[in-house]
Amino acid sequence: MDDVTLLSRLQFAFTIAFHYIYPPLTIGLGVCLVFMEGMYLRTKNKVYEDLTRFWIKIFALIFGIGVATGIVMEFEFGTNWATYSRYVGDVFGSALAAEGIFAFALESGFLGILLFGWNRVSPRVHFMATVLVALGSIFSAIWIVVANSWMQTPAGFRIEGHEMQARAVITDFWAMIFNPSSVERLSHVLVGAFSSGAFLVLSVSALYILRGQHIDHARKGFKIGLWVATFAALLSLFTGHSAANVVGKYQPIKMAAMEGHWDSLAPADAYVFGWVDKQNEVTHGLKVPGGLSFLLHFDPRANVPGLKQYPVNDRPGAVNFVFQSYHIMVTLGFAMIGLTLLALWLLYRGRLYEQRWLMWIFVFSVLMPQVANQVGWYSAEVGRQPWVVYGLLRTSDALSEAVRADQVLTSLILFTLVYFVLFLLFIYLLNKKIQHGIDVGDVTDHSGPLSTKNPDVFSTAR
Amino acid sequence: METILGLDLPTWWFLLLGALITGYGILDGFDLGAGALHLFFRKEESRRIVLNAIGPVWDGNVVWLVISAGVLFSAFPMVYGTLLSAFYLPFMLLLFGIIFRAISIEFRSKEPMRWWRRLWDFNYFASSTSIALILGLILGNMVQGIPLDSNHRFIGTLRGFLNPYAILIAITTLSLFMLHGAMYLAMKTENRLYAKLTILINWTSKLFILCFIASAVATLIYVPHMAAIFRDRPYWFVVPMAALLIVLNIRYSIEKRRYLLGFISSAVTTSLMLVLVALGLYPNLVFSNIDPNNHISIYDAASTTKSLSIMLGFAFVGVPLAAAYTIFSFYTFRGKVKLDDGSSYL
Ligand code: HDD
Ligand code: HEM
Ligand code: HEM
Repeated sequence: MDDVTLLSRLQFAFTIAFHYIYPPLTIGLGVCLVFMEGMYLRTKNKVYEDLTRFWIKIFALIFGIGVATGIVMEFEFGTNWATYSRYVGDVFGSALAAEGIFAFALESGFLGILLFGWNRVSPRVHFMATVLVALGSIFSAIWIVVANSWMQTPAGFRIEGHEMQARAVITDFWAMIFNPSSVERLSHVLVGAFSSGAFLVLSVSALYILRGQHIDHARKGFKIGLWVATFAALLSLFTGHSAANVVGKYQPIKMAAMEGHWDSLAPADAYVFGWVDKQNEVTHGLKVPGGLSFLLHFDPRANVPGLKQYPVNDRPGAVNFVFQSYHIMVTLGFAMIGLTLLALWLLYRGRLYEQRWLMWIFVFSVLMPQVANQVGWYSAEVGRQPWVVYGLLRTSDALSEAVRADQVLTSLILFTLVYFVLFLLFIYLLNKKIQHGIDVGDVTDHSGPLSTKNPDVFSTAR
Repeated sequence: METILGLDLPTWWFLLLGALITGYGILDGFDLGAGALHLFFRKEESRRIVLNAIGPVWDGNVVWLVISAGVLFSAFPMVYGTLLSAFYLPFMLLLFGIIFRAISIEFRSKEPMRWWRRLWDFNYFASSTSIALILGLILGNMVQGIPLDSNHRFIGTLRGFLNPYAILIAITTLSLFMLHGAMYLAMKTENRLYAKLTILINWTSKLFILCFIASAVATLIYVPHMAAIFRDRPYWFVVPMAALLIVLNIRYSIEKRRYLLGFISSAVTTSLMLVLVALGLYPNLVFSNIDPNNHISIYDAASTTKSLSIMLGFAFVGVPLAAAYTIFSFYTFRGKVKLDDGSSYL
């Protein structure tokens, strides 16, 4: 791999992984906000209004960084992957353009009203803005994941031209949109995002409950978060299972890497945990014999193609990395199911909020969906290497010819520095908002907009 | 090739892309301009008012850049790759500008310390200014042409990117945005701040007229293919003349305190400048300054008819919707900015 390839891949991986800290939180919080504000409209209970206002401020902080880092992603296709852009533009471009027109315009158009519109529009119109912003963020996930799924399992296209002039050309729009992995992957990504936002709500609410602060608000928030989280955790398992089936069918090499499965002849095992020894082409660990065969074909003896069946240069390089990422995700998925079901049962028994140890677990649980979302993508993306468009375009052929290694190195260093500072500031400000707590009562009733004595003036949204 | 109302699809997409970029120029133009003027407002209260004036809308404005880039990617993928990779570092700097600007607006109000606010005020000013300048540099290079070989590959250098002509266009763009931003802020402010803005408008409009004339002369001398349009079709001369008249009108409308009219005028000026660029380029998108055979025309770069027609459907539904959200948002936040009415969180 030459330097430009390596650096461009590092830069892309770093910038998208950083971007992907924020959108799942936005998407998930959006859903929680719809429930909070919906409850407020229905019950007219002020507690829900305070709660909505509090979470909108946090939403704004997250959203802003998501937008700034998202624009980077869009431009990187052109700056670093010019050959790729030309190759896929006819097919992939329309999804990206649709994302801008249908999703981002909706989100950003109503964001202003969501944040600043409280006194300018009626509560109903404000609620409508909340719903539209939440929908907009879901739409953006739809378009981008459809585009990415097309890269994983291309469909509805034909190849035109040769060598450097070759490109994929759309033949059937709906076949491209509903390519073999779109629905499975999209539903999985969305529920993963829901859990991300829901666990943030759970975490902060649990902290307030532990501190005895805003008890009424915190419990109401916790309940909403818990329902969304339980629903999302259970669905993660089902949608994840369908995603795995699609991978098994259309990207068997990736599947073999995710489970460290080498020999086609043996029944394929599912590992609970393990370690892949790439040198000797074996995998060690605790396994369910025939588990993978069973999951994919409902038959523990079914044949599943192993890595050895494929030429080395068609296999992903980092097999162990793919394996570990995938297993961390699945483990976290089961842990989240267990945690939410336990909490739900205790809630039903009326003993939930007294369990301090459980509340402490919830305070840190926000990391679970975050990590699962990250490593899920690592396994999906590294597992499909060496292809950027599966079976059609190799990553090393997708680069920009005009770009030199020193240029990418410069931008990569700058991104690393800027994102590092950005992340620290984000955590600092998020923490500050959480420590400040929920403003109870009429928020607009400040002692004056410029007063430095009143701390909220400085901590309200934006 | 299929035509609609006598125009073929690539031409339609050329026009649509132009319209989107113009929309972006008008919308983000005023908030970038407001950012470039930010340090002229000295008092804490004034700074908060001018930030509140763009607070609810700037994010929606940036979306038009995202949409324009998406449309360039999908309608003319080859140009997207060539242009963005040719100007690798400038585009990276543009991205850093966008990041810094977004977080400056967002973070400034989060801490009361003086140094904190000064820091983000400065970042906001610097990033707004550099975004405007980089956009102008890119535009200048597009007008002038860039070195493309016979495979439409870029063979130039960064030094070539920073040529005097492009720098002139960059300054012109900045001055136009500053004028436009000042017009917008004049609509949103009152009393002393408003009085200050009339001074700024006076000042920026003079600066812009100066730059405008300088760029017009430089274009006629140094960019022969732009000069050629006026030689071949002299009636196009109305476009620059109209632009000049409108700028003069801006000064008149300010004297009469008709700031909405002034704002519309600077918006129209922005559009006319871009119309001129489009006239000079069409039917090409990227000019090669090495050999006219190496230009990338819209036909070389366009996606297939099928793809373009599908997206025309999207645009037909989506662009009016997006415009409607924008209008609704501006309508909701109409009128002068007041610091105490709940919409001021800065
Ligand atoms: C909260 C997040 C989360 C959780 C709990 C899970 N996943 Fe996941 N998973 C994702 C978040 C995620 C993701 C980030 O959304 C991915 C990355 C790429 C994609 O399409 O979705 C993903 C991808 C992904 C893939 C690869 C799809 C591909 O390569 O195209 C499979 C096979 C699974 N998941 C399976 C599972 C299973 C069996 C889980 C058991 C509970 C599970 N996931 C939990
Ligand atoms: C949002 C979550 C995502 C994460 C965390 C992620 C992560 C990654 C990582 C780690 C790589 C590097 C693989 C390697 O170099 O071995 C990669 C590659 C890539 N991904 Fe994703 N990805 C995400 C989503 C997407 C989406 C939605 C798209 C397209 C729409 C996409 C397009 C690509 C492309 C073009 C590459 C090839 C470049 C490369 O190999 O580095 N990714 N991604
Ligand atoms: C390479 C892939 C990606 C590209 C090119 C991309 C592009 C963008 C762009 C341009 C923005 C800013 C929009 C604006 O100006 O309002 C953005 C924000 C956003 N993106 Fe991404 N994105 C990518 C991956 C993803 C993925 C995988 C998801 C979700 C599953 C996602 C969801 C969002 C959301 C919800 C926002 C709104 C801001 C936020 O939530 O933080 N994006 N993205």
